[in-house]
Amino acid sequence: MAAITLKSVKKNYGKTPVIHGVNVEIEAGEFIVILGPSGCGKSTLLRMIAGLEEVTAGEIHIGDRLVNQVEPRDRGCAMVFQNYALYPHMTVAQNIGYSLKVAGVPRAQRDERVRAVAKSVGLEDYLDRRPGQLSGGQRQRVAMARAMVREPKVFLFDEPFSNLDAKLRVAMRAEVRRLHRDLGVTSVFVTHDQTEAMTLADRLIIMNAGRVEQIGKPSEVYNRPASRFVADFIGSPAMNLIEGMFDEQGHFVYGRGGRLAAEPLNGQRRPGRKLVLGVRPEAVRRTNEQKPGAIPALVEYIEELGAARLIHADASGTRIVAVETENVDIPSGAPVHLEFNDDALHVFSAEDGRRIDAHA
Amino acid sequence: MIERSPLFNAISYAMMVIGFLIVVTPFWVVLVAASQSLSEIARVPMSLWPSAHLWENIEAAWNRADLGPKLLNSLIVALGVTFGKITIAALSAFSIVFFNYRARMVCFWMIFVTLMLPLEVRIVPTYSIAANALSPFQTLLDTLGLTGLISALTGVEVSLNWNLLNSYTGLILPLVATATGTFLYRQFFMTVPDELVEASKMDGSGPMRFFFDVLIPLSRTNMLALATIMFVSSWNQYLWPLLVTTDRENYGTVVMQLKALIPAQNGTPDWNVTMAGALIIMLPPLVIVALAQRWFVRGLISRDK
Ligand SMILES: Nc1ncnc2c1ncn2[C@@H]1O[C@H](COP(=O)(O)OP(=O)(O)O)[C@@H](O)[C@H]1O
Ligand SMILES: [Mg+2]
Repeated sequence: MAAITLKSVKKNYGKTPVIHGVNVEIEAGEFIVILGPSGCGKSTLLRMIAGLEEVTAGEIHIGDRLVNQVEPRDRGCAMVFQNYALYPHMTVAQNIGYSLKVAGVPRAQRDERVRAVAKSVGLEDYLDRRPGQLSGGQRQRVAMARAMVREPKVFLFDEPFSNLDAKLRVAMRAEVRRLHRDLGVTSVFVTHDQTEAMTLADRLIIMNAGRVEQIGKPSEVYNRPASRFVADFIGSPAMNLIEGMFDEQGHFVYGRGGRLAAEPLNGQRRPGRKLVLGVRPEAVRRTNEQKPGAIPALVEYIEELGAARLIHADASGTRIVAVETENVDIPSGAPVHLEFNDDALHVFSAEDGRRIDAHA
Repeated sequence: MIERSPLFNAISYAMMVIGFLIVVTPFWVVLVAASQSLSEIARVPMSLWPSAHLWENIEAAWNRADLGPKLLNSLIVALGVTFGKITIAALSAFSIVFFNYRARMVCFWMIFVTLMLPLEVRIVPTYSIAANALSPFQTLLDTLGLTGLISALTGVEVSLNWNLLNSYTGLILPLVATATGTFLYRQFFMTVPDELVEASKMDGSGPMRFFFDVLIPLSRTNMLALATIMFVSSWNQYLWPLLVTTDRENYGTVVMQLKALIPAQNGTPDWNVTMAGALIIMLPPLVIVALAQRWFVRGLISRDK
């Protein structure tokens, strides 16, 4: 049975629609990451699950219970906020134990739980401090301990690490992963950072402008993006997207008359239909001689990354980025030939951006 | 203001000293006068150095104006008003800031508008209500014709009466409404991050629990500031106590007693006793301000970011 089910969930702020109907089933014990650009409605969705925001239409089930009208405290969810949201006047122990106090748990039992939870996140020496006397990472740990202490059925995280520095973020990521492994609690984690999303998620929900673009494992989302948006959003450096169409001879025609021999046609890829061809920079190889399937391009500049370098090239008016692992020095303006791995080509409709598979 | 030339320093010191003198001189004169004997104070020009008769004068003033019970009255009234004001201000601001109901802004503006209606302006209607706190309801019943109806049906003449004159309730209640306090609290509550409200919702606490467990402790410094101002201003109330108490013996406040300390038209001009009385009367607010000031500083230093 699914731990959380969203059925056609919609949200309007006043008359403005913000979430346009989301359907998701989250399995018990799963770690789900909602990923999308800023302002796409990730927080709104999460807050509707938490009960902090009313649902305009649709149904939210937690376990087998319809929770649309259920108060936040009765939903069995615990939340970790972006700015920690710790009570500044309470000590760490009081912060962690506050929900137990509200629930009327006797003092001795409360102290014991607080101590156990604090220990599991490495805060046992800080129980008497105030949040103001802690570092950012420690505050985030308090926020996590506060969520854990109630033993909730669901953890909700709203960009919890966005105020931490890069190094700490990586450490906290590992910590969250470890806690999830130890506790096995269903978790929904919101972020706009794709590395964070890819490393944490069992499954990703990619959102764009209030709609779900794709739901899938990180590898699926990376290897088979369901839409042009996902293709562009996931992966760094971003996927090359080449607009054009097939001609009668089975060549993909793009830019100012560029031609590329590509996979066999099918109905969806009929000649004349506007398409977008996607290829990841890692799947673009540089060759020196002209051969069928390679396209000519002029090097614009090289971006040095240390371990590798990115060749930014212009192929008949279309920008193409290739990853070059060899340590070569290519001057700007030099002609090169770029070859694509055939099985790494993605095709999207130019109209609605959906993926078109070769053998569909 | 980062510039620290000697000239700039000199000017700022001069300004501070002038300000200090302006504030302190009247106090000094009161203190000096209160310590002089009758003959010393009658001398012209008056000496500006204290003499040795402070205790006699204080004793005389204390007895003449019956300051013991009156100080107690003043304290009861000032504390009552302060407590009432803070309670009402915090609760009304809580409602205005954290709840979403249609009449919210109307309520806020209605409270705000009362800033333009100080006690002096509405003193006549306030007095008539204090004389019978239930008179608005009586009027309502009368205009609706219910009084006639009830007396016709049951033979009972409805006549509501709750007299607040000559009581602590009457001294305190009409003063506890405060737009300033509500406004101050509103400004503070609006700085409380939404996330904190939501975190407490997730922790399972209801609105009142949030109010007492989170808002009140967080607003401690503000509350202290407000309490200080309110205490001083209600201690200094003159007009309302004068109006609402006819039984001065039992319900008079010290500020009203100042008048009793002033020498009679043809009596002995013992202004030294008057000044000693004034000294006693202004002491409690001074102490409160001095104490609260220490707290302000402490509150500001240990403040969380
Ligand atoms: N309280 C609100 N009132 C009106 N619009 C809102 C409110 N909260 C969020 N929005 C709008 O809803 C959209 C989604 O917001 P949000 O869920 O916070 O995005 P994200 O978390 O993905 O950055 C944004 O366009 C935002 O402007
Ligand atoms: Mg957000």
